[in-house]
Amino acid sequence: MTDYAQLYEKLYTIRSFETLLLDKFSSGIFPGTTHTSLGHEANAVGVLSHVQENDVVVSNHRCHGHFLAYGGDPTALYAELMGKPGGICGGVGGSQHLQWRNFYSNGIQGGTLAMAAGMAFAEKRAGRNAIVFDFMGDGTLGEGIVYECLNMISLWSLPILIVLENNHIAQTTPTEKAVAGSMTKRFEAFGIPTTHLDTHDVTEILPVAGELTRLIRRESRPQALAIETSRLGTHSKGDDTRDPTEVELLWTFRDPVEFVGLFLTDQERAAIQFRILDQIQSAFDTALAMEGRSA
Amino acid sequence: MTDALPRTVLQSLNQALHQVLADNPQVVLLGEDILDPYGGSFKVTRGLSTAFPDRVLTTPISEAGITGMAGGMALRGMRPVVEIMFGDFATLIADQIINHIAKFHGMYNSQVNAPVVIRTPMGARRGYGPTHSQTLEKLFLGTPGLTVLAPSHLQGSSEIGAAGQLLHDAILHQDGPTFFVENKLQYLLKLLTSEDLQDYEVSESLPKDGFPATCTTLSLRGAPKPQITLTAYSYMAHLALQALHSLAYEHEIFAELVIPTRLSPAHLDPLIESLQRSGRLLAVEEGTGSWGWGAEVLARAAETLGPKLKRAGRIAAQETVIPVAADLEEACLPQVSDIISQAREMVQA
Repeated sequence: MTDYAQLYEKLYTIRSFETLLLDKFSSGIFPGTTHTSLGHEANAVGVLSHVQENDVVVSNHRCHGHFLAYGGDPTALYAELMGKPGGICGGVGGSQHLQWRNFYSNGIQGGTLAMAAGMAFAEKRAGRNAIVFDFMGDGTLGEGIVYECLNMISLWSLPILIVLENNHIAQTTPTEKAVAGSMTKRFEAFGIPTTHLDTHDVTEILPVAGELTRLIRRESRPQALAIETSRLGTHSKGDDTRDPTEVELLWTFRDPVEFVGLFLTDQERAAIQFRILDQIQSAFDTALAMEGRSA
Repeated sequence: MTDALPRTVLQSLNQALHQVLADNPQVVLLGEDILDPYGGSFKVTRGLSTAFPDRVLTTPISEAGITGMAGGMALRGMRPVVEIMFGDFATLIADQIINHIAKFHGMYNSQVNAPVVIRTPMGARRGYGPTHSQTLEKLFLGTPGLTVLAPSHLQGSSEIGAAGQLLHDAILHQDGPTFFVENKLQYLLKLLTSEDLQDYEVSESLPKDGFPATCTTLSLRGAPKPQITLTAYSYMAHLALQALHSLAYEHEIFAELVIPTRLSPAHLDPLIESLQRSGRLLAVEEGTGSWGWGAEVLARAAETLGPKLKRAGRIAAQETVIPVAADLEEACLPQVSDIISQAREMVQA
């Protein structure tokens, strides 16, 4: 039986982390820029609910949701985004370059698939029955190294789940101006079985990702999961060139958090919100109070 | 090949690869056409796939992909070695080296290590033309987190030769990534033993940080105070040694030759010491000179020595494509005669 409350709690954790982050961004406590995962929460939670101890997660510039779904600590993530020594990477990596346990992200697209493939090779060789989860966006399909790696991932039968989060926009470039042909056939052309989902419903992603991870573990070969999703937020801090009406429609019809919330009573929902908001606020406050670097 | 002591740089490197595969099960080799019976374009990997069939992987023509994968393997405990068939193709792996592998340790706050060794032959003089003859390592020098090594053709104190020992240590004993630059003509050079070098004073120095990359200083035994210091690495060190010899016996100009094997981060203490004696510096490289290794060496020498540096010069390839035709190729590359004439000019002026 689906535990909607638990799923809602996970989704809401990411949502409130990102919302508070954007809310506080203009106050100047976060250096640089940030890419939030607003709208992508269901992918992160649906897929990464299946992570086992030795599994590896490789993410990209839009990595906060993946990190939190993997089990990362919101306080340490806030501290990292603030550039504090107590952050995940001591404030060196910032928003895009996270490393904690078996989680790795990088702000350069394309090459992360190579890194993930190498990791899957090492894990397979070590016989740890681990799988590697690699998250990439539709924009990354423009990078040549992706195709070099799909070829080798298939040739060498590497235990990797490639999750393509197609949010239909790469920074400000809509997919139709950047991607020709079929996205899923790209994977299939290399002999990588591909599952396609068009959904913002975590309860739909969850069992499919579960079946794929079981297959990968059993057969030690790659699978791809292409999810059509929606970027509810801006690319980074505030650079959305889309028609506001279009974005509003996405918030109305493609909000993964709100959607699962519908399965809960108002009371259940409010209780979770209250608890998570408090946790996230306290994570933020704790991070803010951490010692910084002396000027 | 594995039993006999190596006589050439090529054999030295090959033996080192045999040894690292035998010593450490986490070592794997990846590269294009490296399987027997072919054994790699320049035969550095010959015999390895026969001896270690599971750990020598032939790959598609995907330089960026295999280098990036090696980075991932290294993060998960392996010690991968990548062969890039021609150094010219290193342009294809720049993103993987510069924005991924060399950054991992630093950007992840020292929480991970990525011990990847990327080996590749650079250099010309074989008529391979514009895209198979360049000396491009300057593109990677100064990349934070990356070590750039260029072996010498000296026997050194190692049984397998200094070149093989350097490769062995880079693969097994370094935590960070290494770009290991070989040279096509250097492969066939005989390893110079102490017997070969009996007319020379030879001193060796290691970087202060303990990195096992020797910098060697040579001068003719019993020669007067040096008037100029030559510095060169890889195959150019072979040419510079010939120039040193001719300068002494034909022109009575006495030089010291400093041969570094770690180019980046620079290990220049032995060079500075030699310059304290000679006061004149001539840096010799096979790549183009603009913004290159020689330029950096001169700048550092000037910064360190100030007015004690009386003269400084560089010899490098012309800023052109490298032609196929033998006479044209020769004309655009530094030759022994160029070193001799420039050294004479610098000393006698």
